[in-house]
Amino acid sequence: MARAVAIIGVGQTKHGRREDVNYVELAYEAVKAALEDASISPEDIEAVTHSSMPSAMEGINAAHLYLSGAMAALDRPLMHIATCGSTGMSVAHSAFYHVASGLFDVVMAVGTEKMFESDPQGTMNTVAEPFFQRPFIPGAPGIFSMQAIQYAHRYNLPDERVREAAARISVNHHDNALDNPYAHIRMKITVEDVLKSRIIAYPTRLMDVCPSSDGACAVIFASEEKAKRFPKKAAWVKGLGYAGDEAFFGDSDKVVWESAIIAAKEAYKMAGITNPRKEFDVAEVYNPFTYQELIFYECFGFCDFGEGCKLVEDGVVLRGGELPCTPSGGVLCTNPIGATGLIRVGEAALQVTGRAGERQIPGARTALAHAMGGMDQLNGIMIIGSQL
Amino acid sequence: MAKAESRIIEGKIALPYRWAMGPVITRFFEEFKNKRIMGTKCPKCKRVLVPARKFCPRCFEDATEWVQVSDKGKVKTWSLITFEFSGQPMEPPYIAGLIDLDGADTAISHFIGGVDLSNIEKAKDKIKIGMTVRAKWRDKPEGDIRDIEYFEPI
Repeated sequence: MARAVAIIGVGQTKHGRREDVNYVELAYEAVKAALEDASISPEDIEAVTHSSMPSAMEGINAAHLYLSGAMAALDRPLMHIATCGSTGMSVAHSAFYHVASGLFDVVMAVGTEKMFESDPQGTMNTVAEPFFQRPFIPGAPGIFSMQAIQYAHRYNLPDERVREAAARISVNHHDNALDNPYAHIRMKITVEDVLKSRIIAYPTRLMDVCPSSDGACAVIFASEEKAKRFPKKAAWVKGLGYAGDEAFFGDSDKVVWESAIIAAKEAYKMAGITNPRKEFDVAEVYNPFTYQELIFYECFGFCDFGEGCKLVEDGVVLRGGELPCTPSGGVLCTNPIGATGLIRVGEAALQVTGRAGERQIPGARTALAHAMGGMDQLNGIMIIGSQL
Repeated sequence: MAKAESRIIEGKIALPYRWAMGPVITRFFEEFKNKRIMGTKCPKCKRVLVPARKFCPRCFEDATEWVQVSDKGKVKTWSLITFEFSGQPMEPPYIAGLIDLDGADTAISHFIGGVDLSNIEKAKDKIKIGMTVRAKWRDKPEGDIRDIEYFEPI
């Protein structure tokens, strides 16, 4: 069995339109915050893993080379991982592997993105191969909308019911973001506002969709021995799972979504989770589109298949519910893609150590963090607990 | 506090590419000239994979047997795109979808056309999962992805 791995520091930037800094300065802001949070110095970092979207996003190829100084990565191993939306989770997994292997004691994962410097959808189009999918690319909202329509049809759910549940998720997350000083979109909205916002790609409306953000996040992982030496309360990685589907969107089912189900199963097995709804106190679900979150609730076993709307209607997954989901406001309110998955991990670690400020779920001890990437292709999970 | 200055400079990266299709995709599009849609069959799971490909990604077996599938099929899912983005394949509104062709075990991405989109609210009620659609071929196919303009409800 791998060694125990702790999370000893979390740092993130204020996310949003960050034209006040360049890309390096943005990364530096998050890394500095993580080092301060862990009360360690850059020399303590033994290796760095970095994530961002494909280089076209910022127009700087292999940006981890440009960012190396800002990531305290000089004179030590540095690697870059690119799995689109899930990449922030992939670097967290990678940092975990480094420490769990016994070869490294303190490793930092850094996720960065500056989406206001280019044309995010233009970059995302090029993730699809050029022969069969790119010529018909519907944009990210179109892809997720196809999934939403299929979801409602599969379980014979009235469109109005699914729309209402999606709208309530949006309102919940926007409310949550008001309590998160790092969040990009911070505004009070109503269910009515969501339902009346303009259609982007039917049935998805403007307020069902995440923003583009500039932002960065850094999370520091450490061995048990090292973690005990650092004064801040450590969170512990209890389990992780990651899985991918075929590259062709039409090859697999995205309602009973195999990669999401497998990622959760693997992580639950490792962490000994048998009843996720009861055992998790909080979950940071990757939710760039409201409808998709309903599917994730089901694939993660928070409820039975087809019961996602009921979970929202009963308030189970809303703030104050049995399993509050995404108290940070999540991807729906903040999405610097390369950092987004890592923010889920960082937020989960803050929750279980009681350090999440106004967005704290009281007494949270076990948390799920999740990220999704590609054209609905990849899913990754990390389970984080307060106890070793 | 005075806001520190952070000046923006603009740039552009435009690169030409040459993408090798490989023999399987090349043949797939050659067959388009005869208005035929082809898949390759996995010898292990027996699925007919469309578009045709060299190997089955699930079984990791060479899929060498070529099988013609219908140019008619059913809508697996769809979305009505109303927003604009750069590099967009056509001006919105348009319908993007996944089509389960008769005889195929995987769905292909394409447009669903031949539907009046002048009123979005009405248009969205005209498209249903499971409805039958058929390829609208160009008069003179040239072995190109756009030989099929769209799939239309029949």
